[in-house]
Amino acid sequence: MAAHRCSYSALLLIICSLSMFIVADSQETTLTGDNHATELDNPQTATETAGQMAEQPAVEERRLWEATEVEEATPDDADTDKQDTSTPETAVPSSVPQPKDDFQEELVIRPLHSGDIYASFQFRTLWETDFMRGNKVSHYRLFPKSLGQVISKFSVRELHISFTQGYWRTMQWGQPFLPSPPGAELWVWFQDSVTDVDGTWKELTNVLSGIFCASLNFIDSTNTVQPSASFKPLGIGNVTDHSFLRYATLPREIVCTENLTPWKKLLPCGSKAGLAVLLKSEKLFHSSFHSQAVHIRPVCQDWQCKTTSWELRQTLNVVFDLHTPGQGKREWSLFKMFSRTLTEACPLASSSKIYIDITDNPQGEQFEVSPATPLLSQAMVLGDRRTFSVYDLTQQITFGTVRSLNLLIRWKSSEGDMLRPLLHGERYVAGYGLQTGEIHTLMYNNHPYRSFPVLLLDSVPWYLRLYIHTLTVASKGKDNKPSYIHYQPSKDRVRPHLLEMLVQLPPNSVTEVTVQFERALLKWTEYTPDPNHGFYVGSSVISSLVPSIVAMDTNSTREQPLFSSFFPCKEESSYFVRVYTEPLLVNLPTPDFSMPYNVICLTCTVVAVGYGSLYNLLTRSFQIDEPSPGLAKRIANIIRKMRGVPPL
Amino acid sequence: MGLLSDPNRRRALISLLTRLNAPICVVCYMAGVAWFMGLAFEPFTLRTYMSENAMGSTMVEERFPAGERALATGREFSAHKKKVGGMPVDWLVKTMQARGLEVFTQRFSRTLPFPDENKERYLVKGTNVYGILRAPRAPRTEALVLSAPCTPGDNNNQAVGLLLGLAQYFRNQVYWAKDIIFLVNEHDLIGMQAWLEGYHHTNTTGMDWSPLQGRGGSIQAALSLELSSDVITSLDLVLEGLNGQLPNLDLANLFYAFCQKIGVLCTIQGKLQRNDWDSVSGYSHSVQTMMLMVMKQASGRPWGDHGLFLRYHIEAATIKGINSFRQYKSDTTTIGRLLEGMYRKLNNLLERLHQSYFFYLMPSLSHFVSIGYYMPAFGLLAVILLTLIKSAPSQMSSPGVLSVLTPLVISHLTGVEVAVEHFPVSETEAVVLTAIAIYTAGLALPHNTHRLLSGEGTEQGWKVLKLVAVLYLAVLLGCTALINFSLGFILALTLVPVAAFVTPHVPKILSAFILVILSPACTLLFSVFFFQELQEMPVSFIDGWMLFLSVISQGILDHSLYGSLVYPLIALLVYPCWLLFWNILFWK
Repeated sequence: MAAHRCSYSALLLIICSLSMFIVADSQETTLTGDNHATELDNPQTATETAGQMAEQPAVEERRLWEATEVEEATPDDADTDKQDTSTPETAVPSSVPQPKDDFQEELVIRPLHSGDIYASFQFRTLWETDFMRGNKVSHYRLFPKSLGQVISKFSVRELHISFTQGYWRTMQWGQPFLPSPPGAELWVWFQDSVTDVDGTWKELTNVLSGIFCASLNFIDSTNTVQPSASFKPLGIGNVTDHSFLRYATLPREIVCTENLTPWKKLLPCGSKAGLAVLLKSEKLFHSSFHSQAVHIRPVCQDWQCKTTSWELRQTLNVVFDLHTPGQGKREWSLFKMFSRTLTEACPLASSSKIYIDITDNPQGEQFEVSPATPLLSQAMVLGDRRTFSVYDLTQQITFGTVRSLNLLIRWKSSEGDMLRPLLHGERYVAGYGLQTGEIHTLMYNNHPYRSFPVLLLDSVPWYLRLYIHTLTVASKGKDNKPSYIHYQPSKDRVRPHLLEMLVQLPPNSVTEVTVQFERALLKWTEYTPDPNHGFYVGSSVISSLVPSIVAMDTNSTREQPLFSSFFPCKEESSYFVRVYTEPLLVNLPTPDFSMPYNVICLTCTVVAVGYGSLYNLLTRSFQIDEPSPGLAKRIANIIRKMRGVPPL
Repeated sequence: MGLLSDPNRRRALISLLTRLNAPICVVCYMAGVAWFMGLAFEPFTLRTYMSENAMGSTMVEERFPAGERALATGREFSAHKKKVGGMPVDWLVKTMQARGLEVFTQRFSRTLPFPDENKERYLVKGTNVYGILRAPRAPRTEALVLSAPCTPGDNNNQAVGLLLGLAQYFRNQVYWAKDIIFLVNEHDLIGMQAWLEGYHHTNTTGMDWSPLQGRGGSIQAALSLELSSDVITSLDLVLEGLNGQLPNLDLANLFYAFCQKIGVLCTIQGKLQRNDWDSVSGYSHSVQTMMLMVMKQASGRPWGDHGLFLRYHIEAATIKGINSFRQYKSDTTTIGRLLEGMYRKLNNLLERLHQSYFFYLMPSLSHFVSIGYYMPAFGLLAVILLTLIKSAPSQMSSPGVLSVLTPLVISHLTGVEVAVEHFPVSETEAVVLTAIAIYTAGLALPHNTHRLLSGEGTEQGWKVLKLVAVLYLAVLLGCTALINFSLGFILALTLVPVAAFVTPHVPKILSAFILVILSPACTLLFSVFFFQELQEMPVSFIDGWMLFLSVISQGILDHSLYGSLVYPLIALLVYPCWLLFWNILFWK
């Protein structure tokens, strides 16, 4: 998570820097040739771009580069401070007096290896205020009041909430800018002034449930854990007492329009202007992946970090399937993706930009973007140096003569193969039958020569009774002893299992973590209304510092001066990645609810007639008991005995 | 209750039972058989109906258009298959990838305990190829499977073609809520077993397979497709799986409903449905259909690639395309539409299929007999065993544990000998003949040994032994019938009369002959002939005998390859139980 933040702030640095320089001649010629090809291939778009080209013929000729500073991508707090401090001084144009709050919006479009399109929106509101002081904050400008009140009422230090529909396919799409598990995820760091953390957490989830129209109220003690190492604060402050942290996931949560609308309402411009115009739910939910999130954290105000400001980051990631609607024509435009084009930036935004990742496409051989932009920028994203085309929406020139921006991407090559991301995880349930099972978690390290440690967090509901003594961690067929294990056993109906491990992944290997479990028999009221669907187990979380791709690249030494490239420099050596595995669907032994009448009748009959009578027959012994004769008969018998005749 | 707890009346009842024992047994036996035969009579059966709401009322429009293209793909597949001389793995991987699936392969190898002569294989090595169509916005928790075996020769190319055609078509649809796995498995059941074991990471049969790289969560339902001609006259549904397990009846209902909707002739056990239930021929037709199902279920082997899914609680069936000499033909587009409709409905499922029956018999595709109806037939046979136990003399001096225990132990040892196939032979015939030899040798054992151990057998001795044997049989049959009704019923049909009449005092030669006729092995032999008769493919005695031998070898193979339980059940429990009665006959 920190890595993304870092890379983003690196991008923000770019925004107002004005120094541009001309690219080397060789590149220039290929690029112009490229533009020419566009016109030939697509006359219909050529007319569209013609206006722009007429306006800026000189710009068209040569590509301009924005100066880029590469930021460190490590999750340490110290780094966070450093880069955050640098943000405000560059983010705000120096000519304008510095306002107390600031709003920025951006959209990153990345054509993925598989041929799909990844669009990532980020909206950032910074506000220099302190919710925790005694006096109440009552005047809100850009920051949404509902969230501000939540922060002050529940003494929240950091809040991260995400709603995701679908599963991020790491093998095809690579790493996302902001990872999130399917369903809903919520993690909160409270201020250390909070005394009853559990009570506050409970209230907070209920309030958030109302704000986001989600079933977050289903978060209770049975699915809340306190991870000891996996979720560190991302903002300033070095609280490490994890008793103030709460983490919960709802893998079953379905995300839809009713969650999007309240999320959009938190934006200063709503969905009226700026990039948020594109967020039409009928298109967003017609995709392969949809994830929306809200991150609130305190960040430094300036370089010395004397004062803090609050950062609200709203992100929305969506992957559009190229295959689905348009058959044959492999091209995408903003209009096709969102059924809208852009006409203006949000007037309240200090910056509003669109980035298109063209790293894999330096010569335009894979796809082609129109209208072309002269602005380029480079940034370190997830350990890789990426190049982006930048469209600044605050500049009128971006919209051209038609006063609307409709970016068009046209593919040339076919779909790529599977990726081999350096780290990815996978999880499944092994075994059959309804008594026991085994959870397998596979962690792939695809780095050719570097091993790195990962933190694995597993939170398993109590009704899967983990046999922790069967826990094995093995890589390459050998036992791989974790250097740190934090295990909290479950309590029936009270809390889930929590398992955290620090495992070293050897290079080019698969590490398999297995643990057996027994399926509990629930009480009949504890079953969900659809018990035969199965019960969900949330994703496990793999957090790691992954060696950077740039550091792995041996060719990079060619372009750099020799003196600069002997020791791998720290900023490029590793980056932070969080990977979520798929959630599990586990069937528990389920009674046949559809036949209570039959069952009751049958059991009653069996117990009453069958078992009762058999038990009776088996335990009693029956004897013929002669009734004792009456007095008269006894006397008569005595007389008869004396007479020598047989008795009556 | 009063009847039983009053000693006088109890005694009277027992004496009545003892006196009328023979007639009661005969009546019960007749009634049991009659009840069973009555099950196929249409007015006594229930019409099938869709129990699962998620699949019932929802409207599904089938639009699969690309039957011709699927056939072309099938031809291409067959060309590549011929060129490679087996499974064209690379071609399949490339083709599936071109259709937008995530493609994975799995290698497996298995050495059979002895060569399989029916399929001519001993060292099996192969590769499964499967492609996963990821459902948009679904978190990989649920999946459906469509599989087609890659068989040698010219068979089943159309099935693979249709599978690829459907994959391409499904990829462009947006409504999938579950991942769909398209699997082409090599070496039919062995490949399927390897894939399923890999998917669930179990190893029950000692097969070598490479782990799977991609999964789609818990599989909800599966269909296996067998199609060897460009046009078909009818589709046949195969339900019987491993150990006589059946998929949920709703799966059969779904198939039937779509056949009706699309207008494809559908059969079960290769038998069309007839409407003239009131005529003799109509009745005998449904008896035939039901008996075929009973025989197949009793065999305990998977009758299609779907059979192995059932162990993992995945509802599965095989759909076979049949091309006969009928006028009316359906083309591949129609089958594609049918499958599309079925998958759309399965995709709508919110829960696993659980609403309908898991235990049933089908005299036709539109009628079924549920467990509540067929169990009394078995119950009537089981009553005979109970009356036999009841009428055993209540006052018995205990006649030395040894005299009862010895035959028990000996007969079981013989059973173990039959079951444990550790012979140093690797020829199918040798294995089968050894099994039969031990089986027959077992007949010679008891009356030689018990005299040696416990001296002269007493009158009490055989009575206690018989009581033990009858109890044993009752428990054994009861348990078998609960798991696999057909097997339990067939065994009860032959073993219950044995239990009823055997005493040391009946004429030896004749009884021995009858006992042998009713022994498990002979039951199997008769079943082979009967099954051929039912399939309208009668065989001569020599052919039947060869078939009988191959059935035994297949049973042993099924046990070691897929974990079928019928062979060990017969060898370890049923045969020893029968030996006990043999022992009683020769009690001296």
